[in-house]
Amino acid sequence: MLRKIGDYVILMWQALRRPPKFSVFMRQLVREFYSLGVTSFLIVAILSVFVGAVAAILVAYNIDSPLIPDKMIGFVTRQMVIQEFSPTIICIILAGKLGSQIASEIGTMRVTQQIDALQVMGINAANYLIMPKIIACLLFIPVLIVFSIFLGIYGGYVACDVLSIISTEDYVIGLRSWFDPWMLTFAMIKTLVFSFIIASVSSYIGYNVEGGSVEVGRASTNGVVYSSILIILFDLILTQMLLS
Amino acid sequence: MIKVNNIYKSFGDKEVLHDISVTFEQGKTNLVLGQSGSGKTILMRICTGLLEPNSGDVYFNDRRFSNLPESKRRDIRREMGVLFQGGALFDSMNVEENVMFPLNMFTRLSRGEKLDRVNFCLKRVNLENSNKLRTNELSGGMMKRVAIARAIANNPKYLFCDEPNSGLDPKTSELIDALISEITEEYNITTIINTHDMNSVMKIGQHINFLYKGQLWWKGDKNSILTTDNNELREFVFATELTRRLR
Repeated sequence: MLRKIGDYVILMWQALRRPPKFSVFMRQLVREFYSLGVTSFLIVAILSVFVGAVAAILVAYNIDSPLIPDKMIGFVTRQMVIQEFSPTIICIILAGKLGSQIASEIGTMRVTQQIDALQVMGINAANYLIMPKIIACLLFIPVLIVFSIFLGIYGGYVACDVLSIISTEDYVIGLRSWFDPWMLTFAMIKTLVFSFIIASVSSYIGYNVEGGSVEVGRASTNGVVYSSILIILFDLILTQMLLS
Repeated sequence: MIKVNNIYKSFGDKEVLHDISVTFEQGKTNLVLGQSGSGKTILMRICTGLLEPNSGDVYFNDRRFSNLPESKRRDIRREMGVLFQGGALFDSMNVEENVMFPLNMFTRLSRGEKLDRVNFCLKRVNLENSNKLRTNELSGGMMKRVAIARAIANNPKYLFCDEPNSGLDPKTSELIDALISEITEEYNITTIINTHDMNSVMKIGQHINFLYKGQLWWKGDKNSILTTDNNELREFVFATELTRRLR
């Protein structure tokens, strides 16, 4: 375990260096923006709208009391979406999509000697392959999470409107009540940490594949499993650190 | 010229290379011959710095390469071209991008100059007008030729070829052999070829080093290999029905 952590730190040390050719790095970065970020919009949109709607319905069901004002449904839905649902649950979903994609892409390059070819040419393969993925995730996943927050809250609005749980005016008043901007900062800090975990852990697992297609498949699964576990673990640590 | 001095390499208790010392000549095709598992690929990986030897040194024109830090190895690495067994083409790129890759990384040429060089290299391997093909559209022989074009794009001084004929039909194999041989003489490159293909040996074997169970068992050329009295080499050379009949 300690050895693996050491290997991970060494790999990140090699990966996170100034790229030798900025133009090549930018080309790689744009490619990663598309392949890791843009292609994730649809799944994030669908999940966010539906989970936001479900959150509003569940809140309404659980606080059905004449003593609690209706606007609380909007308030609690907003807090759930900003604090936990968008930064954590969406990042776990992205760990599934991006983690497996990154681990299998780099793993395949390892077993087909493409990484050897880079090394023999005198190129820092970790820097060339991993750094654009990490930067793309750090820059693009927060965009996806902000998008998810808006759609999650909108999903709750649609649920209130279509299912007549409460009036949409009460929902909007709830959304605007007791807003603490620190909650958005909190969500973004969590998102940045989780983005780094998704990109770096999956890259590490893919980079160290040995064998053939079976091992690449296993690496792809491990990329998802380890990223998800670490996200949950760091969710607990960050929530305790930042909100206590 | 590449000098390999007293290389030893083990994986756990299993010794795979034992006291290998050999000189690979410039402008010649230097073959490393041996059956599967004899240590050819390990020796090539040590020469290219992908593996560290337990002891021993590799020199590129009197410049020590073994045990150098990665940052200092890069200068020597940039003089190498490597043809891997499977080609190792980057599958996210097309043919043109693959061949242009070392030029993008290590030169300050303009886009037009790089394109001229790519077209020249592709023409050299008889693949004109294949620039925009994806790697999954290439046959095995075409992949090897693109890999050769990529390997020579940056004018290497040292060319390493790991079983360049594996998986190819005899005619394409001959084409690849001829290509490697011509490039070696034309650009005065030090070429090292791992092979167990006797056709290649007879066609381009200027210097032959036979590895047997991790040891350098025999040195010679294509003329002396057929008359050798070395038993292990004779068993290897005349292993097939065809060669036995020819003998």
